[in-house]
Amino acid sequence: MQGRAATGSDEILAIDGISVTLSGREILSDVTFHINAGEFTGLIGSNGAGKTTLLRVILGLISPSAGMVRVEGGLRRQPLIGYVPQRITLDPDMPLRARDLVGLGIDGQRFGLPLPSSTRRKQVDEMLEAVDATRFAESRVGNLSGGEQQRILIAHALISRPRLLLLDEPLANLDIGSEQEVVDLLARIAREQRIGVLISTHDMNPLLPVMDRIVYIANGRIATGTTAEVVSSESLTRLYGVHVDVIHVHDRILVVAGRREEALQHGDTESIVELM
Amino acid sequence: MPGFLSPLIEPGFFSNLPVQTALVVGGVVAVVSGIVGTFTVMRGQSFAGHSLADIGTAGGSAAFVLGISPLFGFVAMNLMAAGVMEWIGIRRPRGRDLATGIVLGAALGLAALFLYLDTTASSTTGATVNVLFGSIFTLPASMVPFIAIFSVVAAAIVLVMYRPLVLTSISADLAIAQGIRVRLVGIGYLVALALAVSLSAVTIGAILSTALLIGPAATALRITNRTGRAAAIAAGIGVVATWLGVLLAYDSYYWFPNGGGWPVSFFVVTLIFLVYLLSQLRFRGRSAAQRRSTAAQAR
Repeated sequence: MQGRAATGSDEILAIDGISVTLSGREILSDVTFHINAGEFTGLIGSNGAGKTTLLRVILGLISPSAGMVRVEGGLRRQPLIGYVPQRITLDPDMPLRARDLVGLGIDGQRFGLPLPSSTRRKQVDEMLEAVDATRFAESRVGNLSGGEQQRILIAHALISRPRLLLLDEPLANLDIGSEQEVVDLLARIAREQRIGVLISTHDMNPLLPVMDRIVYIANGRIATGTTAEVVSSESLTRLYGVHVDVIHVHDRILVVAGRREEALQHGDTESIVELM
Repeated sequence: MPGFLSPLIEPGFFSNLPVQTALVVGGVVAVVSGIVGTFTVMRGQSFAGHSLADIGTAGGSAAFVLGISPLFGFVAMNLMAAGVMEWIGIRRPRGRDLATGIVLGAALGLAALFLYLDTTASSTTGATVNVLFGSIFTLPASMVPFIAIFSVVAAAIVLVMYRPLVLTSISADLAIAQGIRVRLVGIGYLVALALAVSLSAVTIGAILSTALLIGPAATALRITNRTGRAAAIAAGIGVVATWLGVLLAYDSYYWFPNGGGWPVSFFVVTLIFLVYLLSQLRFRGRSAAQRRSTAAQAR
């Protein structure tokens, strides 16, 4: 586990000893890591491991029972964090074009009717271009494919120029092609715009080529570092508290619990549980 | 009046005071219902909208017993019901429908009592019909200012909260992350809904007000991809249906079976339903054509 994060000029987010207890159950325990500008971080864990809770703590929607969250940098009046929530179902009946949803990222929290402005329009056009969504900008959001909707939600989160972008399971329900497209887009945005990207997923494989840092979460605790450091049998066995094997199949990684040697000897495949 | 309209518009239509009041009130109420109704459909709160109308019946019929205008009864009852619905509904994620159902049941019991008292104890024999099916032709001109005030308040709430309302309709999480106080927006919206439903209840009736709230909005959502235009189209459909309904009801005094005239509400609701059916046919036709062309491309 990482020690106390040094406050470098590039550091955007510092999570320091966070614990969260919700209705008497400890969801997160002593979580510490940091994210730098331009870095792509994967928050990896199975369903219910505490990924969404951690993201909500960073957003300030849940107060931790212990620890500190610091979000650094950013100009005054500039939102620090962009957020893409998980599993948004955009209703096909909703009379809303893709470009309208992106525009709401600029001023959706304001009162009064939106006034048409050429600067606003230009800003939306540029953002649509940046996420390669110009082609379906005029379409109804509810009629777009999962990958297209994800691009629009990313544009909505990015248009206010945040320093940190949080995405909760953005790859769920995407086919493999759009999965890779969304990952490549996010990696490019992190690099080019010097934004810290933190993306939660239960499957680390799509992120392997682009991930600078991994935050592996299990039982409310985390292991963090490079993929090679964290995703090893020793490190994950320590985290899960049961024996874990890390199996490389071509360029994919499988994380498997159970005693493989014994299981294979006795033909007892049921004791092999694929964790990730 | 141009000559070609004379077979359609019976003599005295525009000079008749109740008709003038009906046209003004009906038009204003249709605009408010269209604007508020667009968000009712977008937020998936059609059940709450319909229930408020039924709940308001208790207030409207109680007002009759007390001898005051049913409008005030509807408004008071609906605002209270909206408050209780909000209060119960926040306790659990899927509590909104449950909360609506609980309040609805209790209020319908009260409505049964007051409607019974209206017909037995009070001398106003038409109370039940007035409350349930509207009273657009018998509205006193003195009520017009109140109807105008409630209409302006309901429309203003929606227009001021326009952008936060759209965002919360898409996703509460998305709105919260952008610093929107979702609960406050929800309460403000319920107040606008309570007022809109009360207004349409006194014009086309408590039972039929859902049609004016949901019908034009559901049609508009099929026609346009833009939220603002959808609200404007919904308002337009509502106004046209209401005015045509008033005209047909006026004409129907000379119709089958006994020259007593047909109710306005019947015409308004039927027109709205027909427009919705037409928009459905057009939409189905278009999406079927789209599917065929996509399939052809795939081959």
